[in-house]
Order: sequence, then C-alpha cells, then structure tokens
Amino acid sequence: MIRQDFHKIDPKRRATLDHKKKQFATPIFKQQDYSHRLNFYEVPPTAEITLEQFEQWAIDRLRILAEIEACSYRNKSPAETEVHITPLLQKYLPLSSNTSSSLGAADQRLKNERQKDHYSHFILRLAFSATEDLRRRFARAETMLFRFRFQKDDSRERRAFIESLNLDWEPVSDEERRELSEHLVNATPGLRRVDEESWYKVDWERVPELVEKRSVFLYRGKAYVPGREQLSMIIAEFTARLERALELTSRALPRLDEDDRLTPILNHLSKNFGSAESVYSEGEGFVDGAPITASSIDHLSQHFPLCMRSLHMSLRKNNHLKHYGRLQYTLFLKGIGLSLEECILFWRQSFKGFTDDEFNSRYKYNVRHAYGDVGGDSNRRGRGYPPYSCQKILSDSNPGVGQTHGCPYRHFSVDNLIGLLQSTGVNDRDLLRGVREDVEKTRYHIACNRVFEWAHKGDIKRVKEDGSWNQTDLDTIVHPNTYFKRSYLLKQAGKPQRNA
Amino acid sequence: MPHSVSPGESPSHSDNDEVIPDAPQTNPPSNVSENKEPENTENEASNDNLADLLFDEDDDDEFPASSAPGTKDSDTAMPDAVDSAASQPAKVDTDTMLAFYQRLFPFRYLFQWLNHGIIPSPDFGNREFALTLQNDAYLRYQSYPTADLFRKDILRMNPSRFEIGPVYNTNPRDRKTLRGGQMKPISKELVFDIDLTDYDDIRSCCEKANICAKCWQFVIMAMKVVDTALRDDFGFEHIMWVYSGRRGVHAWVCDPRARSLPDDRRRAIAGYLDVLRGGAQSGKRVNMKRPLHPHLSRSLDILKPYFAQTILVDQDTFVSSEQAQRLLTLLSDKSLNEALRKKWESSPDRPSASKWADIDALANTGKGGTLNPATRRDAQDIILEYTYPRLDSEVSKKMIHLLKSPFVIHPGTGRVCVPIDARKAEEFDPLSVPTVTQLLAEIDAYDAENPSTGAGTDAVEGEGSVPNESDARGSRRMQDYEKTSLKPYIDYFRSFIAGLLKEDRGGKRERSEDTTEVKTESMEF
Repeated sequence: MIRQDFHKIDPKRRATLDHKKKQFATPIFKQQDYSHRLNFYEVPPTAEITLEQFEQWAIDRLRILAEIEACSYRNKSPAETEVHITPLLQKYLPLSSNTSSSLGAADQRLKNERQKDHYSHFILRLAFSATEDLRRRFARAETMLFRFRFQKDDSRERRAFIESLNLDWEPVSDEERRELSEHLVNATPGLRRVDEESWYKVDWERVPELVEKRSVFLYRGKAYVPGREQLSMIIAEFTARLERALELTSRALPRLDEDDRLTPILNHLSKNFGSAESVYSEGEGFVDGAPITASSIDHLSQHFPLCMRSLHMSLRKNNHLKHYGRLQYTLFLKGIGLSLEECILFWRQSFKGFTDDEFNSRYKYNVRHAYGDVGGDSNRRGRGYPPYSCQKILSDSNPGVGQTHGCPYRHFSVDNLIGLLQSTGVNDRDLLRGVREDVEKTRYHIACNRVFEWAHKGDIKRVKEDGSWNQTDLDTIVHPNTYFKRSYLLKQAGKPQRNA
Repeated sequence: MPHSVSPGESPSHSDNDEVIPDAPQTNPPSNVSENKEPENTENEASNDNLADLLFDEDDDDEFPASSAPGTKDSDTAMPDAVDSAASQPAKVDTDTMLAFYQRLFPFRYLFQWLNHGIIPSPDFGNREFALTLQNDAYLRYQSYPTADLFRKDILRMNPSRFEIGPVYNTNPRDRKTLRGGQMKPISKELVFDIDLTDYDDIRSCCEKANICAKCWQFVIMAMKVVDTALRDDFGFEHIMWVYSGRRGVHAWVCDPRARSLPDDRRRAIAGYLDVLRGGAQSGKRVNMKRPLHPHLSRSLDILKPYFAQTILVDQDTFVSSEQAQRLLTLLSDKSLNEALRKKWESSPDRPSASKWADIDALANTGKGGTLNPATRRDAQDIILEYTYPRLDSEVSKKMIHLLKSPFVIHPGTGRVCVPIDARKAEEFDPLSVPTVTQLLAEIDAYDAENPSTGAGTDAVEGEGSVPNESDARGSRRMQDYEKTSLKPYIDYFRSFIAGLLKEDRGGKRERSEDTTEVKTESMEF
C-alpha cells in the first residue's frame, strides 16, 4: 500500500515478476520473515494493514522518537535515557528477542511486534522525508533508537544479525597484527591485549566517529578496528543508509499527493514531531515593559546566564569579540527584545577601537543578517536565526584559540569556571562544590540551574509561597533567554511588593 | 538591429560598461552595434555578473556587503576604496594587478589542476569561483567552462583576489533557476589553513600580521606534522601547500578520495588533527590520554627538536614572568611548582632553556633520580601545547568553504601565493617570495637583455592559455613567467599537476580510452 519508488531498487519484485507482464500481473511480494529482532529497514513493507493500524503504529513510534529526542535535548546521559525510555518502549513499541519465546522467531507474537516496528518505521519515513530538517532529525532519532536496541540485544543474536548484513570487513592477519601490536594498543583506548580481539581493516571513512575521537589506529587510509567497535561501524552504516533512503523517499513523495487517505495523516504526524524541539518559541524571551536599549545592557547583564555574562565581560574587556561570540551574543540580545537599531548601536559602541567604516564593513552585516534584515529569502522570511538554546551552545564545536563563545560550564576548565563565577559574585562554598560535581558529571544544565536557584532563592521561595508561580514556571532552564526572562521577572516581582 | 542580444538584456548591458571601468583594454566599448555578434558569450557572462552584483546577497554572511553594490555606487565607491587603501603602504594598484594576470598568472595550469584533465569537464565548469573586486565588492558563484573564458573574465574584472569553492552538481551560475536547496556541492579538495595569528599568545617576536623567520618556524613544524599525518595515516598523496601571501599556509589535498569526502568525514579528519582544545579560558589546553595515540607520539617526535630550538631558544617563550607563570599552571605537581616558583622569582630573567632544565632538575631531585610519570606527561603535553599545529579547523570541516586560489596576489603584501614543496619546507622563506612589482620588473629586465625573444610577445597576450599554441611554431616561445623568479614555483605546480593527472587518468581509463591520446599529446610536461 505504500508505494515506494518502484523503479529504484525493488528486490522483491525483481525475482517474481516478468517485466513484460508487469502492468497486468498482480504483484506477488516476498513476505518478510523477520528472523532477527533488529532491522536495517532495507526492504519496504508490502502486506496490507488497516488505516487505523497505519495511524496508530505511526503515533506509537513517534512518541518514542520524540522522547528520545527530548532526552538528548535535556542532555541526559545514555544511562538516564535508558531508564526513561525502557518502560515507554515496552508499552508502545515492544520488540522481543528470539530467546524470549520457546518457538523462536516463528512465534506469532514476535512476528507481530517486528511487523509493527518495521511498518511504523516506513510510515514515519514518509512523514519525515519532506524537508531537510525533518529528515536530519528523523535520522538522528532513529539512529539513537537503533543504537539503544542494538546494545540491549542478546550477543548471539547480535552476531547473527551482523552476519546477515554482509558488510565487507577485511580481517587483519595474525602476522600483521603482531607487527602493529604496539600501535594498536596505543591507538585503541581500553584495550588490554591485542590478541584478545579480532581486528578488521576498513576504509577510515566508515568509522568517522572513531577517527574524530582519535581512538583507532590509521595506516595509509585504513582503519584498524577491534571487533568490539562494531557498534560504531554498524551505527554509521545504519545512518548512512537511512539518510540515503530518506533522500530517495523525498523524491518519490510527490506521487503520494493524489492519495487523500494517507496525506492528511502524514502531514499531521510531521507536525507533531515539530513540537519536540521548539521549546523556545519566538518572542518567548521578551519581557513586557522592560526598557531594553543599547545603554541598558550593562545594567541588565546581571540577569544574563553565565555564558552571556562571560561574553559581555570579555566584550567590555577587549572591546571586541570573535565571530561566533558575536553571533551567540547578538542572537541572545535579539531574543531578549533588543531591536536591530539598538543592537547595531550596541555593537558600534562596544567596538571601541574601530572606525565607523571598519565597523560598517566588517561587522554590521553580520548583525543585520542575524536579525534577518539581509540575506537570502528564507533568512529574511524567518527573521534571521533563532537565539541559540543551551543544547545548541553545548553541542557546537569547542571554542578555539582566542574564542569566547560556548558554555562556560562545559568549555572552561573548572578552575577558570569557578574564578568566573566568583567574579560575578557567586561565593557560596557549598554551591561551588555542587557546581564542581555537576561539571565533573557533565551535567552542565544542572550546574547552571543550581547557580540560578541559588541567586534567586529568596524570590523563588516567595513566588512559590504566594502561589503566583507554579511548578512549570520553575522548570529546569534549557535556554539562555529563559534564564534571563525568569531572572528578570523574579527580581521585578520582588520590587513592587517592597514598594507597596 | 542586433538580434544577438535580447531586448530584456539591453538596459543592463549599457550599465555593464559602468561596472567594469577598470578593464578598458580588454573590453572595448561594446555599444558599437557591429561589435556585438562576436562578443556574445562575453555579454552573457557579464550580464550574469551584473545580476549577481545587484541581487546576490544570500549565503554570504561571512562577508560584509557594505558596498551595497548597485551599478552606480560601484563607480563612486571606488575612490573610497582607494582612499582607505592608501593608508596601507603595499597596496597593489590596479594596473599592476592587470599586468600580472595578463603576463604571469598560470591560468592554464590552474585549469588543469581543477579540471583533472585537458578536456574541459564539469569538474572545472561547475566549480565556484568567488571574486573580490577592486572596490571590495564580492562576487560569488562565478564559473567558467574553459580556461580561456576564465582568463578572459579575470582580465575583465581584474579582481584583487579570488577564491576557489566546491564543484556543484550543476552550474553555479544557474542557481537562481533552481528550486531552493537543489544546488549541492559534490566535491572539493580537502583544505587546511594555518595562520600565525593563532600563535600570538606564544610567539614573542611578532604579532598580528607581521612575521619573521623565527615565527615562520611554527608554520614549518605545523606543515611537517599535518603533512605526515595526511600521508601516513589517511593515505593521501597529492598534497599541495600554498603560501597564503602573508602569515600562513594553506594545504590542498587533491586526491580523488579526499575531494569527494562529505562534511562529516571532513569533520572527522579535523577532529583527528585537532589537539589544542578550548580558548584562552580553558586552562591546560592539551590533556592527552595515555598511552599516546601513534599520531601524537609521532608528532611529538617531530616536534621535540623544534621545541628545543624555537620555543626555548629562538622565541625564548618562558623568559617573561607571565609566560613562566602560565608554564607553572600547566605542571600539576604542587611541590615541584612551589620550588620552581621560588627559584624563578629569585632570578627573573632566567632564559627559557634554563627554566626548562630546572623542571628536569628539580623533578629529579624530588624522586630518586628519574622523572616521575606525571611530570613527564605534563612535559609532553606542554611540548604539544606550544608546538602542535593550530589549525583553523572550520575551514576544513565544510565542503563549501572558499579558500584563496594559489598564485593570486596578497593585496596587503603584494606577494604571490606560491606553492611550497613540503619535502623542502625548511628552505622556504616567506620573506623572499617574489612580489608582483618585482616580477614585472624581472620581465622587463630580461626583455631588455634579450631583445630578440621579447619582440613578439606583445601581440600574443600572456602565458598563452591556448594549448598547442607554442607547438605551432618551430621553436617554443618563451613564456613570461620563465623570465622571472616565479618559474620554480610554477614548475613545481606543473609537476604536482602531472602527478595528480596521472592518478586521475588511471582511474578513468576505461571510460575515456579515446581521449587519452589527445591528452598525452597536449600535455607538455
């Protein structure tokens, strides 16, 4: 029922249909037998399902993917994510191993589970292949789901599954292994003895994750991968294939247009997925009635989260910020409601060592671009880019030499971080110890929120007591602009009462 | 009357003459109607440029568009640009620039390099060029089907420099006719950028845009480390290093395998080579796991002698108390730290080499004769922090990143961006790289000495981008670059291309059996 692009790879038809009779014959499809728990989703489903199933299965899977995305968005560790996801998976998208049934893969229950997994994946592929952004997010969430299941899989079944994939890995001979043993040990972290592992030689392009982390030995374009790093390779393969397939699906999408049963469902699905990441909506950071102008930034900066505060401080100190610092800060200022004119004025005044000409030719355009005042059509229509979220700031590349952007909790050394905190007036010893611990455990959000709660503990207590703010208003902060808004409002809420 | 130009084009065409006032020699006023027919192709090209001038504003957020290039403005903006440039002493004037393009710039070899063959192919035709004009307007998405048209347009626009972007799946000039997101980059050389400004916190001799032989050592060691890693680890062979004209070098990795890498693989290489983490605030910037990865232990072996010479002697980095202080923060051993601090405070001007030796000496006295492992690690990390290449990794991560072309003139210094033979990196002296004025003087000097050979050159422009032209005559006419000190660099470029073409052709042989014959005969290296 889902018409995949049939002139592309269509392994099921090729075997059974004579192409000359194609248009008259009833296609006979090879039924999937689902002999493995895991699935690379190479072959599209062909059996019929009801419209209700179509919708329900898709919604169930979507729920899982949205949760996975939310977990990564909240910077949860893999272990935390696992705890969070496992019950949900059990409820909405169970997938049992062959050993869980006495009949093995032949059990009807397993077949049904696997069918649902298989079909829902392909339904969502249709729903999320429309735009580049959706494709990227879908591929990321699916990859995480796959990785999660792969790690949980029973090791024997996992091996059988890998063998069924037919990946071309060249084994390293014993002789070569002995020759290179020193390099192999040094290059591969967590390895005790070279002989314990079976080694494979693959093109380095297939294990970019390992190469990037510098945890694999490379020689003349080949990566020497120990058997246990299969995960990384399988995942890379999974992502690559999925991305390719999504691209193909998107090209076949227009053919669905005439189908008025599926298109509304699919559109609905892709809209739902959209809400997962947009925790920050436009204008959310704006604070009504707050006088936000170029000259008030200095004063307001006491409400800024540490990342922005550090940018502001180094701007004042050096009268300059490098490109990514400017970008991060400009977008934040846009988010708190600073108008374009005021923003340009702000930067002009801040860049003291430059003439007007230099400023106009080098920096003004970027500011205008960030506000969507110039640039391509889509940039202008979208009014520039949205202010960076914590997730974005945390996951972007590390600041390089002389750069100041990023999140201090993540990108500063602990000592410098503590120094910076102290210079902003955070001196409480217990608090600093807490921050230290959080940072060690890479819980940067918690550290930032901890500082926030400490700095506003009086106000928070008060608004809780008088009931003017409820729990959702005080949820964990995951956006610098939320930090500002909340900090500002808490302080404001305090004032009138004192006056009254 | 002249039907070769459609009515819609004619208004913009008349504007056309205003846009390019600085190239009158090559582009005679084309409002003489009889002239139009033969110039057709050029008109089309210039109309495209005009459209770009007027409407091209997307995607160039990296670059200031303050010059808001309207056609009228560009005339008035020009004097401004010249004025502001007058403060920079070495600014190359437009006539010199044009003469350089006409007589010296190796268009043909540049074409062969990017085209990966002699017969024009999409590798060249769909390649993006970005031109910075004399008035600082920036034209992106230029492309040229052949070397001749490329040369013609460069002479006409006389850009102060131009950059090379990726090969797209379609002609970049057609991008406006495509639906958004249809034009995709499909290949580009893997590039690296090393710039001495990134070493400002550790070089004591110069800062900002200035360089000297002492700090050039940083570039040499960086080239060695990166070049070795690219060859030995990643298996790349065709790596061309190019002097960026002032204070850095670029690397172009031209292997077919490197050219087609998608962005995530580029990011992986950049991450692999990136050792220094964090900005000024991150404290210790090198914190390597032990045992050291083979790439790092090899790099360390390469870098040790440089550390001993450049950091400890030439730069004398740790002589100032600030730098010594920083050095101390990198040593984790508290008691050693304290002892060193005392010692150095008593003799403030102690040279770096002695300070480094102090670490050794004091650490040894502490624990029975041998350096304790923690201090040893710290010392290794310090050597890496002070000598390991500081790459601008953003340049390498994206296929669409534009990088200045080899052989253009650096507008600030007037020096030519010449390729560097990495095997002889030590012999390269950036300060003796010829400048454009020097080169033009060399041609004149040569022609004055050898009047007979120089006689005919005026008629045939430049280095002769028409293949076989020189073979047509009995004796090979001497090309202008051969009269100058640019020759060794162009010769190196040619041999580099020859190596590259050999490999490319090897791969393509089955498909283009018939064309190989043509190729071999027209290749005259």
